[in-house]
Amino acid sequence: MRDVAVVGFAQRQMPEFDGSPTCVELLVPLFAECYEQTGWTRRDVGFWCSGSSDYLAGRSFSFVQAVDAIGVIPPVNESHVEMDLAWAMYEAWLKIQTGEVDTALVYAFGKSSAGVLRRTLALQLEPYTMTPLWPDTVSLAGLQARAGIDAGLWDETAMAEVANRSLTDAEKNEWSIRKGGSSVAELLARPVYADPLRKHDCSPVTDGAAALVLAAGDRAREVRDRPAWITGISHYIDPMGMGTRDLTRSPSAQRAGAALDLGGVEVAELHAPFSHQELILRRELGLADDVTINPSGGALTSNPMFSGGGIRVGEAASRIWSGEAGKVLGHATSGPALQQNLVCTMAADVEGAAN
Amino acid sequence: MARTLSAPVTVAFDYTRSTGPVLGRFLTGLRDGVLVAGRTSEGEVVVPPLEFDPVTHQATSDFVEVAPVGTVTSWTWVPEPVKGQPLDRPFAFALVTLDGATRPLLHAVDVSSPEEMSTGMRVRVRWAEERQGAITDIAAFEPDPGGDGVATTAPGTDEPVTGVVTPVALDYNYAASPEESAFYRGLNEGRIVGQRCPACQKVYIPPRSACPADGTPTAEEVELSQTGTVTTFCIVNVPFLGQKITPPYVSAYVLLDGADIAVLHLILGIPAEEVRMGMRVKAVWKPREEWAFSLENIDHFAPTGEPDADYDTYKQHL
Repeated sequence: MRDVAVVGFAQRQMPEFDGSPTCVELLVPLFAECYEQTGWTRRDVGFWCSGSSDYLAGRSFSFVQAVDAIGVIPPVNESHVEMDLAWAMYEAWLKIQTGEVDTALVYAFGKSSAGVLRRTLALQLEPYTMTPLWPDTVSLAGLQARAGIDAGLWDETAMAEVANRSLTDAEKNEWSIRKGGSSVAELLARPVYADPLRKHDCSPVTDGAAALVLAAGDRAREVRDRPAWITGISHYIDPMGMGTRDLTRSPSAQRAGAALDLGGVEVAELHAPFSHQELILRRELGLADDVTINPSGGALTSNPMFSGGGIRVGEAASRIWSGEAGKVLGHATSGPALQQNLVCTMAADVEGAAN
Repeated sequence: MARTLSAPVTVAFDYTRSTGPVLGRFLTGLRDGVLVAGRTSEGEVVVPPLEFDPVTHQATSDFVEVAPVGTVTSWTWVPEPVKGQPLDRPFAFALVTLDGATRPLLHAVDVSSPEEMSTGMRVRVRWAEERQGAITDIAAFEPDPGGDGVATTAPGTDEPVTGVVTPVALDYNYAASPEESAFYRGLNEGRIVGQRCPACQKVYIPPRSACPADGTPTAEEVELSQTGTVTTFCIVNVPFLGQKITPPYVSAYVLLDGADIAVLHLILGIPAEEVRMGMRVKAVWKPREEWAFSLENIDHFAPTGEPDADYDTYKQHL
C-alpha cells in the first residue's frame, strides 16, 4: 500500500447561495485556494472526483457543468459520485493506490436551499414503500431520537449538551452558519419543534462546497511539513428499511471503526447532522471521554449537502497540519438516520499509514 | 437589483417500477385490504416483507398475514408537513409494530397534537377510500378505539399487482449564475451578451462562470453581433409532443460574429431544403412588448442574403 496524505482543504458554507446550483462560481476560488496551498497548477492534479446530485440542483448534468471550474484542455482524469465528498475522497485514495496517479483533488457542492431539502432527501429512500409517503429527514431523525430516549440510552439533556458544545465551538469557525452557545438549561427552555427534536438538534439547511487534496509519498512531503497521512479508511452500509434495523445503533459505523486502529485518536470530527447522532457515533466508535469531538462546531452548526462529511475530514486533517494533534479521525455519513458511514484516521506519523 | 435572476421551476416525473414477486404480494394485499408480512430465517415477521433474507440471502417465500392493528414503537411530530406526505396538516410519523409482526412499519398517524401520541399506544389502519396496490392504500393509522381495521370496500379486481407508479415533483427556485443573469438581462434589452476568457480569448455565449478550457472566470463582457453563420443544422420532420412549429423546419447552430461557440436556434424565412452550412443569418426579434429574460425573445434567425461564409471561417466550430 502507498502512503497517502490529505494536504489541502478549502470550504465555503452559507445559509443561502444566490447563484447557480452548478456552483462553478464557488468552485473556482476553492480550487484557487487548493493551488495556493499546494503550489500546484491544475496540471499537477492526477485525478479529479466530485460529489453532487442533480436532485439538489434541479437540473440535469450539474456535475458536468461543474467541470468548467477545472478547465479541461488538455483533458483531465475525472470521475463523479452521487455521494458526499468523503466518498469521492475514498475513490481518489483507491485511484492513488493503483499507482496510476500520485495526486488528486476531490470536491463536492450542493445548493440545498434551491428546493425543500428535507423533502428532496425522501428520494434516497426505498422507492416502493417509503418514498411515496415522503418521509422527511427531520422526521426520520426524530423517530431515531425517540427510540433512544425510550430505551434510556440518551435524553434531551444529553442532546442539548451536544448542541451547546457545538454552538460554542462554532463561534471560532468562520464558516459555521449557526453559532452561539448559551447553556443546556437555556436550550432546553426553547420550544420543541418536531417532537422530540428542537431546532438546535437539527443541522441547518446549508449551501456550500468543499475540496480536499490528496498526495502520495514525497508529493505530500513537498506540500506540507506535517501531511495528514491516511492511516486507515473504511466504510459500511446498513439496510435501507427503517423497521429492519435497531435505530438506536449504527452497526455500519461500528464496523467501519472496528476495521481501523482508533487507539490514540485525540480529535474526532463526527458527521452528525442531528444531536443524538453524535451520541450514537461516539458509542459505536468507542471514543473515550478525553477525545475532543467536533472542535469545528460540527455538522450540527453547518452541514452543506455533499460536502458536510468531507469537511469533517478536512477539519480533522488541519489539526495535524497545525501540530495541534498527532492522530485524528474524520467521519462522514449519508442516507437516512446514519445508514452509511465512512471513517478515516489520519496521523502526523507516516508509520502505519500503509496499513 | 438582485445579483442574479431566479425563477420557480418544477421538475416532475412519474417513476414506473415493476414490483417483483415479494413486494407485488405485499402491494396486492394492500389493494385487497390485508397486510402481508414475510418471515425471515431467524423467525422475524417483517412488514413490508424483505425481498431477500438478510442472513441466507434466499428470496422470501414464507408469507404471513398480520393484523391491521398494532403498537407504536417510536414516533415523531411533523409540525410542517411537506407536499406529498400522507396528511396535509400536522401529524405524526410512527413506527408501528402490527399484531403478528416483530418488526415495525413506517407510516403516518392521524392525530391533531403531539399530546395524543405516546410510545406503546395502540393504532389501527385507516384504509384509503380507493385502493390500488400502493403503500398509500393505507391512508394513515389512527388511535385504536376498539375497531378491527377491516377494509369495508372490496377491491375492483383480483389481478395481482405487478407495478407501481410513483409521481415525483420537486419544486425549486432556480437561480442563474451572475454571468447567465447578464446574458438574460441583455436579451431583455435586445442585446446578445457573451463573455471572453482572459486566458485563451475565447468568447462564450451564453457566458459561463468559468472558461471550460482553462477553468478561468470569464469577467469581460462582450456584446455580440446579431449576425452569424450556420455551422451545422438538421431538418426536423418528426412531430413530437409540445412541438410549436409545423414540420419541416430547421434547427441550426449559429456562430454569431465574434463568438467562439455556436448557439442553437431556429432558421425560418427560407425553405428548409435551401438551408446550408455557411449560410449567413441574422436574429429576428419578437415584438418588444413580448420580451422577457429569455432567448425566446429572438423568434428565429433568417437569411441576410450575404454570400455564404468560407468553410475555413467556421470549421473550428463543428
